[in-house]
Amino acid sequence: MLSRLSAGAFKKAASAGASRSAVNGARSASVRFASTQASGSAALESVLNSRAALATATAVSVGTIAWYTHLYGNLPFLGEAHASHLSDEGLHPQAYPWSHKGVLDTFDHASIRRGYQVYREVCAACHSLDRIAWRNLVGVSHTADEARAMAEEVEYSDGPGSDGEMFQRPGKLADYMPAPYPNEEAARAGNAGAYPPDLSLIIKARHGGADYVFSLLTGYQDPPAGVEIREGMNYNPYFPGGAISMARVLFDGLVEYDDGTPATTSQMAKDVVTFLSWASEPEHDERKKYGIKAVIIFSVLTALSLYVKRFKWGPIKNRKISYNPPADKTH
Amino acid sequence: MSVSSALYNTFFKRNSVFVGTVFAGAFAFGVGFDIGVTKFYDAWNKGKQWKDIRHKYVTEE
Ligand code: HEC
Repeated sequence: MLSRLSAGAFKKAASAGASRSAVNGARSASVRFASTQASGSAALESVLNSRAALATATAVSVGTIAWYTHLYGNLPFLGEAHASHLSDEGLHPQAYPWSHKGVLDTFDHASIRRGYQVYREVCAACHSLDRIAWRNLVGVSHTADEARAMAEEVEYSDGPGSDGEMFQRPGKLADYMPAPYPNEEAARAGNAGAYPPDLSLIIKARHGGADYVFSLLTGYQDPPAGVEIREGMNYNPYFPGGAISMARVLFDGLVEYDDGTPATTSQMAKDVVTFLSWASEPEHDERKKYGIKAVIIFSVLTALSLYVKRFKWGPIKNRKISYNPPADKTH
Repeated sequence: MSVSSALYNTFFKRNSVFVGTVFAGAFAFGVGFDIGVTKFYDAWNKGKQWKDIRHKYVTEE
């Protein structure tokens, strides 16, 4: 294509470039006055300096700020004064080395099993676990026989039967974990007005997740000087506000583990939090395995596509274009 | 007959054979890849998964 251009075209292009740079040089010397001198921009200038333009710009700015503050509360670059104390946010939990923390790590299922025991013997007195059914434990922490036996110990109401009445029957694997209270009002009435939340998704539902719940369970202490805790409330620095209705529930030796692990407070807290982590993410182990596969496959595909791109572009990037001007026939 | 022409004649010459090879290859790779990754995963998490502690709790098979 280049070869079709005449030699003159190149000359013209070169001189145009040169003259343009000369013009540029001249203009830059007087650049301050360029807009005031340019006659063509006089109309534009009068529009820009008009009152309508001023009003529009003001309206746009005010509107944008109003819209932003409506969406996000306040402007990011303005300082704010808060009439609050850091303790209102709760003490930041430290990061614990959970056995399932790494990207390749599964849950420690022996810990899930112990944690289930802690949940059943301690927390289940106040907290429901609505989203976990007995069958979910099978192949995770218990055998099918164990889970079936545990389910059968609980009575569920079912029906209506052929006589139109509801009846009681022993639980089966498909039943969900029984709740300690029939409804929220009953739960509040039993806990001085505070509602013990369902624990199925609690690890996902709290900032800090597993670290927070572990810190909460092990973090009970006497309130520091000057902090007053109402009757029936308990001081826990990790709970936002510091005063929590749930009293300390874990004490050394509270449960007896069937695998012989010493049931210290922190051991039980770690196990129950591992169990609750599983409850909020039952797909966790499988998900990480798929993650490994996906990373391997997509890395190979990325490398492959980079290689193919270089392969295909090689000849195009390496070709050499030479131009032989036709001999000038006038001389 | 050279290796490449043998390869060509067995796998690439007929489209039906070529497509079949692709499908069978994908299947075999899928199975093999899964076995490999699972092996690594189980070794990395040795003693933590249910299959590692199950024998403690099953009574009869
Ligand atoms: C005596 C009843 C009772 C027992 C037993 C109990 N809790 Fe609670 N729990 C409560 C109440 C009541 C609240 C609500 C506290 C509040 O909002 O002030 C609560 C709140 C919680 C919260 C939510 C805290 C937050 O950030 O809102 C978690 C997590 C929790 N309990 C975990 C547990 C675990 C784990 C166990 C077992 C080891 C347990 N609880 C045992 C009564 C109990």
